[in-house]
Amino acid sequence: MLNKYPLWKNLLVIFVVLLAALYALPNIYGEDPAVQVSANRNATIDTSTMDRVKSSLENVGIQAKSIALEEEQLLVRLNSDDEQLKARESILGSLGDDYIVALNLAPATPQWLNSVGAQPMKLGLDLRGGVHFLMEIDMDEAIRKIVDGMKDTIRAELREERIRYSAVRVNDTTVEVELRNEEAYAQAADYLDGQYQGYDLVEDEENQLLQLQMTDQKLAETRDYAVSQNITIMRNRVNELGVAEPLIQRQGSNRIVVELPGVQDTARAKEILGATATLEFRMVDTENDVRDAQNGRVPFGSELMPMRDGPSQLLKEDVILTGDHIVNAGVGYDEYNRPQVNITLDGVGGNKMSASTKDNVGQPMATVFIEYKATDERDAEGNLQFTKNAEVINVATIQSRLGSNFRITGVGANEAQNLALLLRAGALIAPIQIVEERTVGPSLGQQNIDSGTQAIFWGFVLVLAFMVVYYKKFGVVANCALTANLILIIGVMSMIPGATLTLPGMAGIVLTVGMAVDANVLIFERIREEIKAKRSPQQAIHHGYDSALSTIADANVTTLIAALILFAIGNGPIKGFAITLAIGIITSMFTAIVGTRAIVNSVWGGKKLSKLSI
Amino acid sequence: MRDIINTDERLPFMRFRGVMGIISALLVVASIVSLSVNKLNFGLDFTGGTLLEVGFEKPADLSRVRGALDKKGFGDAVVQNYGTQEDILIRLEPRQGVKAEQLGTNILESLRTEFAQTVEMRRIEFVGPNVGDEFIEQGGLAMLTALICILLYIAMRFEWRLAVGAVAALGHDVILTLGLFSILGLEFDLTVLAALLAVIGYSINDTVVVCDRIRETFRKFAKLTPVQTANRALTDTLRRTLVTSLTSILVLLTLFFLGGPLIHGFATALLFGVVIGTYSSIYIASSVALAFGVSREDLMPPEVEKEGADQDPLP
Repeated sequence: MLNKYPLWKNLLVIFVVLLAALYALPNIYGEDPAVQVSANRNATIDTSTMDRVKSSLENVGIQAKSIALEEEQLLVRLNSDDEQLKARESILGSLGDDYIVALNLAPATPQWLNSVGAQPMKLGLDLRGGVHFLMEIDMDEAIRKIVDGMKDTIRAELREERIRYSAVRVNDTTVEVELRNEEAYAQAADYLDGQYQGYDLVEDEENQLLQLQMTDQKLAETRDYAVSQNITIMRNRVNELGVAEPLIQRQGSNRIVVELPGVQDTARAKEILGATATLEFRMVDTENDVRDAQNGRVPFGSELMPMRDGPSQLLKEDVILTGDHIVNAGVGYDEYNRPQVNITLDGVGGNKMSASTKDNVGQPMATVFIEYKATDERDAEGNLQFTKNAEVINVATIQSRLGSNFRITGVGANEAQNLALLLRAGALIAPIQIVEERTVGPSLGQQNIDSGTQAIFWGFVLVLAFMVVYYKKFGVVANCALTANLILIIGVMSMIPGATLTLPGMAGIVLTVGMAVDANVLIFERIREEIKAKRSPQQAIHHGYDSALSTIADANVTTLIAALILFAIGNGPIKGFAITLAIGIITSMFTAIVGTRAIVNSVWGGKKLSKLSI
Repeated sequence: MRDIINTDERLPFMRFRGVMGIISALLVVASIVSLSVNKLNFGLDFTGGTLLEVGFEKPADLSRVRGALDKKGFGDAVVQNYGTQEDILIRLEPRQGVKAEQLGTNILESLRTEFAQTVEMRRIEFVGPNVGDEFIEQGGLAMLTALICILLYIAMRFEWRLAVGAVAALGHDVILTLGLFSILGLEFDLTVLAALLAVIGYSINDTVVVCDRIRETFRKFAKLTPVQTANRALTDTLRRTLVTSLTSILVLLTLFFLGGPLIHGFATALLFGVVIGTYSSIYIASSVALAFGVSREDLMPPEVEKEGADQDPLP
């Protein structure tokens, strides 16, 4: 009975612990208050922006720790929180609206650690402060609007085909068409069959009733579309807020999670998230000269409007159509594989479009995007003030009379993508409301971090002390394993990109510290039993580890089951608890079984012993 | 395999199983009665509504806060101190007609006008009523799934009688912990639910160790009666059970005293759960398995053709 580990096993243990320690290391460096500058769509960030930022900081007498240009962003690290606020104002003032200037806490991880990809753990909102919103889309309303649009379309088209109907009405997700007579019924059935994608035609000849039922696939698509549309809109809005690391994510079939770390003014956040964007189609005024208008002589009935990526355009004031008639917009490709934007309008929109374009073939039509941006001012009643911000995003020549389906061609692939995105953002929006909100102020966040750290520290110290008193030298071995386990948990948490540390997560670490010694307790008690049964110390160690192994495995697997279920079903903070618990169980099995054995073997293994200090 | 036949009964745990069974049954009944009469004091996570934690510079005057809220039409608000004298917690039921997500901000504004000093926003939580219902549903589902998965695992690894014993012990622990929260009227929120699942995890950990030892003892000592076997196994694992419970209780106490008010409910549930879990893994799991008539034959490894497969691996 030698109790010797082969060299590779010892090296493996050392390697794993050192690796975890390396990745856990960034957590001790803390964070620098920083200002993060990123470009809006019209601007770019380059070295000249950096110079402007530098000079604006010099003007207000702030000495930045560092200014770095990385991944299209400028990160200005500062020495104190006061400077951070001042710096933001001064940078915002000198760069203007084209840039997003956000407050951030940048990890002060040294370069050599960054270069191996080591980063500190992500902290949950309950620890760093910020807002969590859960938003729910009113799917019934979204679908009702689509079916309503369908009803209008069918009415218009039946009229155009001169098919006489007595009623077209909506019944849940079905459009019902009631016909006057048999002849009309036959005509209508013939016309409507296969006319609309995503609708099944059900014929009821006896009652001269035709039903167009939305297919399940179309229903699912509509739901998906409503969610992705709202996510797109939220992304745009959150950019307005200037939040450093926002999270916008779909949850379940009809919900969206928006997390804004560091945001304190939730009222402002809510109003901005709730602001609306709209879209207008207008004719370009070709009868008057743009240059005259630019020189201040704007003709009556027309309006000069800035264009994104181009010179200002002179537009007619009459609006052909507003964005709420857009049902869908997406990028497609024609037969030559050239990108285009496909737009679908509802029935009313199709009629309006058709009426206005029929006399304007060959004329340019402009798409105007209107956003309401929140300012920092409030009116007398404390309501946030919004400024209207309109710009032309596209001008295209009308090739033929347009209906409810048309496309914009002659755009680049990128432009098509952007245009479709903006069209959707300004389109008919599925109504959304906040169903859950959790806001944590910065002082409470810090307090949570402090109390969590204290609990971990003292829990750790108490367990260490107990183990030494109770198991003597073997207790010291178990304590090494416990320390290694703590390092492993932190290292693994820092390595996994999606893992966030929350207050319940810290509680999970505390609990793991208490429970991780269990494996060693099991082993050590076995060793004591074996010694009592008059085995030699070496045999006792060997048998102790061997016979405790399956017990430890069974006990931990069942706890792991509980942790996994918690992870699958729990929400934010609870997930944090489940993650640390699960990681802790796995790492503790490694340190308590393999880790302690490596130490025990190298200290006691291979020698002739008369008794053990256990 | 060494064959030391030791008929020494060790600590006679099972002698008291009748008494303990009655005590446990009474406690379970009391918990269920309290759960149906007093119900649980569900927190915001489950009831829905709005909650604000605000910090004042000086100790807060609760009646003045109530007055200020009453003026604004929030007379139904529950106002109480939280953690310290300077901190207060305001809770509002979900209400009709008002844009619920604006409530928190409105209340904060009215406090800031009433008290000229700075009122610091520490936390705002708003949970819509439907979301709260879903949390209850999800929580119950999580608990059931956990119990079923663990039952299956133990049944697979051990034997159905021990599995039933283990799950009976778990159910016992969950019901008693819920009962404690109901009787004392402690707030039951999502973190407590998480703690309850952790209690399940902890208690099963303990129970598995005991079951494992019962199985081993049955196999090793052919001449012991089931009761003697249980006593022996429990005695052998007693020190480990106590040491692990002690270290867990140590860390939970630090969590209770240092973890801050947000984690109080969590620590309370786990502290109680660990104590109950330790007791139940000694008494409930083994008594139930004995009551179902677990015997040596049930726990012998299945016959395999391979020679010597039914013996412990040689040292």
